[in-house]
Amino acid sequence: MHKFIVLASALALTLVATSAFGADPLKVGFVYVGPISDHGWTYQHDQGRLAIEKALGKRVKTVYVEKVPEGPDTERVITRLVREGAGLIFTTSFGYMDPTIKVAKRFPKAIFEHATGYKRAKNVATYSGRFYEGRYVIGQIAAKMSKSGVAGYVASFPIPEVVRGINSFMLGAQSINPDFKLKVVWVNSWVDPGKDADAAKVLIGQGADIITQHTDHATPIQIAAEKGALAFGQASDMIKFGPKTQLTAIIDDWRPYYVRRTKAVLDGSWKSTDTWGGMDTGMVGMAPYTNMPADVAAMAKATEDKIRSGKMHAFDGPIYKQDGSLAVPKGKRLDDGALLGMNWYVKGVDDKLPK
Amino acid sequence: MNALEAVLLTIITASTPLLLAAVGELVTERSGVLNLGVEGMMIMGAVTGFAAAYTTGSAAVGVAAAVATGGAMALLFAFLTQTLAANQMATGLALTLFGIGLSGLMGQPFTGLPGVKLGAVHIPGLSDLPLIGPVLFAQDLLVYGSVALTAFVAWVFARTRLGLVIRAVGSNHHSAHALGYDVAAVRYGCIAFGGACAGLAGGYLSLVYTPQWIENMSAGRGWIALALVVFATWTPSRVAVGAYLFGAVWIMGLYAQGVGVAIPSQFLASLPYLVTIAALLAISGNRIFTKVNTPACIGQTFVPDR
Repeated sequence: MHKFIVLASALALTLVATSAFGADPLKVGFVYVGPISDHGWTYQHDQGRLAIEKALGKRVKTVYVEKVPEGPDTERVITRLVREGAGLIFTTSFGYMDPTIKVAKRFPKAIFEHATGYKRAKNVATYSGRFYEGRYVIGQIAAKMSKSGVAGYVASFPIPEVVRGINSFMLGAQSINPDFKLKVVWVNSWVDPGKDADAAKVLIGQGADIITQHTDHATPIQIAAEKGALAFGQASDMIKFGPKTQLTAIIDDWRPYYVRRTKAVLDGSWKSTDTWGGMDTGMVGMAPYTNMPADVAAMAKATEDKIRSGKMHAFDGPIYKQDGSLAVPKGKRLDDGALLGMNWYVKGVDDKLPK
Repeated sequence: MNALEAVLLTIITASTPLLLAAVGELVTERSGVLNLGVEGMMIMGAVTGFAAAYTTGSAAVGVAAAVATGGAMALLFAFLTQTLAANQMATGLALTLFGIGLSGLMGQPFTGLPGVKLGAVHIPGLSDLPLIGPVLFAQDLLVYGSVALTAFVAWVFARTRLGLVIRAVGSNHHSAHALGYDVAAVRYGCIAFGGACAGLAGGYLSLVYTPQWIENMSAGRGWIALALVVFATWTPSRVAVGAYLFGAVWIMGLYAQGVGVAIPSQFLASLPYLVTIAALLAISGNRIFTKVNTPACIGQTFVPDR
């Protein structure tokens, strides 16, 4: 009897797995860490989902599960999506990495795409955006637009992704004004808008007249608007929170990638790849340049174009670390490995990196 | 505006929601009821406050809606724990979870919209004084309100018959019942008051602190308020000290980071909790005082004999 049950359930699983491919349309599943209404990270992923529906119409059917905590629940949710017939699943947070790999092993016929991770398998691809490219551009704008020569940075957690952004911003600013100052305040949270607001107030109180952030809310922009400072948006266009305040915003645009990968699954050309897309792939976009003179906007546009064409890289040498040692010699470019594990500040950042 | 002014102003805005919620919970607990639903009532106050203000364009309507919602949530809690005699801990926790979930659902259409901010009120003459003017006399009404509320609650407990009755109900509900006081009615009132304050604290978040609706925006402030009440040994003035101390240490931590002081930010982030607990433990070191002020019946279900 026991054997029979095992056999039957194995058979059932195979049926489910195969039906995911035999059936038309292709079911595409999404696992989100936040609510789709967060107007930041998850919102942008959901825009990608909607783009798939729009581009491929009746050939696909999409489903999503939002607010999935990173932990034991993840595996359960992904497994459920596969059992419900999803043939392609996007798992969109770093902490989903191990659960995605685990489920992928159990369901070799389903295809998985994991955002911001580094573990791949035959049926698991990874992808992420080079958002630091946008930060170089906003750093240049900040140096041009700041009167006090000091910018304030509301930072979440001292992980390489955030540190890379701070460094890139600083390098951009220094390319315009070598004496530019950057103050960093860590709030140790992604999700506490009140803390973000406090940090922005403190930074402005200390002389910063430009505020930028690496947390998920528009509150720093609102505070900047209230106090007469300028600011940049994060993850999505936040112009409505500061029509006279937002200079531009770095936009995570997953739409082209999501549509391309889904098409690849449909026509059978999908392969496990590792994509770290920048401005060249459209994954990193900039919101319209506003509240600045035309020459500053033109400069920003020119830098954007140079980065897009590969003529320029945010981490082109020479780059010095905070302690004065040479990190990248002139004529060299920092490689992706060093970028992904970045745990040091460039010279000029007015902060000690928390370890 | 100089740096000191900026810091003091920031401290006041960061502390006010904690003070509002804690004073309300203090009244609830003094009547012998432990309502762990502060976080849930607060977040519901935040969402309805934002929604009402956004829809009508009036921050005052938003404040009223926040207060009403907090009160309504609390009455639900009161019905379950006082009328149906449900377990207070479990009901309170459920209220928090319910509030967080429901607020997320209700807030869906309001996310990503710029809100209506409750403006500051300048007191003519006084608000022009150097330093103390902008800090003390150019705040929004809720800041003044929170201080007045704390003073009022302190007065009620120290000087009025109502205060005595609430304390009697919280200290020994059997005796209070035997004396002819309606324990359930007193508790209903205190729970509703606590809920209204928590709702107001939520409204402060979405109308003044960060005029937006963001899911989960209370981010644990309800729990901090709950802890403040206990560490302040159920004394209004100490709740105020605790709330402002917490806000001050938190903002000073951010300030130190901005100046570039080499202290790990994770430590600075935990400092408000440590300092507040240490300070409140130090000032409530008198064990007799603590014993006198602790509501003996807290958390116990009371069902009168028929």
